[in-house]
Amino acid sequence: MAWIDACATDEIDEEDLIRFDHDGKTFAIYHAPDGAFYCTDGLCTHEKVHLEDGLVMEYEIECPKHNATFDYRTGEALRAPACVNLNTYSVKIEAGRVMIEV
Amino acid sequence: MARDYSLLGPDAKRAVESGLAAAEWYHTDLPRKEMKALMQRADQPAIRDTFILFGCMVLFAGIGIALWPSWWSAPFWLAYGVLYGSAMDSRWHECSHGTAFKTRQYNDWLYQVACFCMIRNPVSWRWSHARHHTDTIIVGRDPEIAVMRPPALFRIFLNFFGIIDAWHGWGRMLYNASGRIHPEEADYIPESEQPKAIRVARIWTAIYAATILLALVTWSLLPLMVIGLPRLYGAWHHIMTGLMQHGGLADNVTDHRLNSRTVYINPISRFIYWNMNYHVEHHMYPMVPYHRLPELHEAIKHDLPAPNPSIWAAYAEMWPVLKRQLAYEDFFLKRELPASAKPYREDFHASALGAAAE
Repeated sequence: MAWIDACATDEIDEEDLIRFDHDGKTFAIYHAPDGAFYCTDGLCTHEKVHLEDGLVMEYEIECPKHNATFDYRTGEALRAPACVNLNTYSVKIEAGRVMIEV
Repeated sequence: MARDYSLLGPDAKRAVESGLAAAEWYHTDLPRKEMKALMQRADQPAIRDTFILFGCMVLFAGIGIALWPSWWSAPFWLAYGVLYGSAMDSRWHECSHGTAFKTRQYNDWLYQVACFCMIRNPVSWRWSHARHHTDTIIVGRDPEIAVMRPPALFRIFLNFFGIIDAWHGWGRMLYNASGRIHPEEADYIPESEQPKAIRVARIWTAIYAATILLALVTWSLLPLMVIGLPRLYGAWHHIMTGLMQHGGLADNVTDHRLNSRTVYINPISRFIYWNMNYHVEHHMYPMVPYHRLPELHEAIKHDLPAPNPSIWAAYAEMWPVLKRQLAYEDFFLKRELPASAKPYREDFHASALGAAAE
């Protein structure tokens, strides 16, 4: 496991997400309404659609294709058609940069 | 070669092998900020519409019961029937996406009621509709293709009275209530969800049994006029609007502009249909709630074929194509894009597009 510099904190609007690709994997990085940052796998566990175009509502991310919903803090699948949780990754902020542990 | 719409047949296998299944679809570019604004959820519009819907249903059914068995009750039953057997179709649809309300529980409540009215198992149909969005009008993959090729016009006619759909719905309800999941359902419902489908089917069977028992005890059709039969005598509106969604257009393509249709319709039909007349927009961006679809339409219409100006115009466009498909099933309508639109990717769709009318 290593800490990777993913983006600047101001690159993600509050209550939104961006896509981050690294080493052949794709991630979603979220800026929560309380100012915290989170990271999950980038692809929905239902049909591998990328979550980057999804809707962040408070602490949930909704898949843009079939409206599956996850709690991005824990990765828990909250609404069908997703039944499998998302993987989550540790995040820390250093000098205005979002670092993820992958 | 004749199309095989079975989800377990050769066309299904071919769609997977050719990459048509679960493919990347065309999207009109829209800035993220604008898209985010359009996707925002709200409770208020759907609460208002749901109060109007259920208020009208209670009113019409109440008058129908009061006037029963006089023929003067007929118009009230017809109005109640359209709300039960057609408006519930659009409520089922919107709530299955979770976009009707902001509050998830409200979506789930209305979804359960609408599923019961439409005799669509809430578990099975959630998954079938997800597949419809993944593989829209991909033969062998999409379980919700209403107009197959060649078109089964008599079946479609029967469905204006709900006959095929209701027969299938009640049949599948009893099948599921017996503790079984059909092999085609098993193709798209995860195993972990299947017991839920069986449980719902058993609850519904009990409700229908109680309704039939009440009808027998009172020796009156009235209980069935309220529960069950409106799925037949009120189905015509959702079939009328539903056929326009994809009828006569392309199959086996990955651009919703080729296989879906947007139609301008009257405000009463829009209320019943919950704005699904903006169907290209809905398929391209299924996260946009029904009440924001007119705005989405304004934002992307420069990139879409011109909408049909009325239901009549949509049928005038569709009917000759369906008639031609009776003899030549590869025939379909390919609509022109405006000059401002990004062109269809002919190279990408060449194998599927065959002979089109323009």
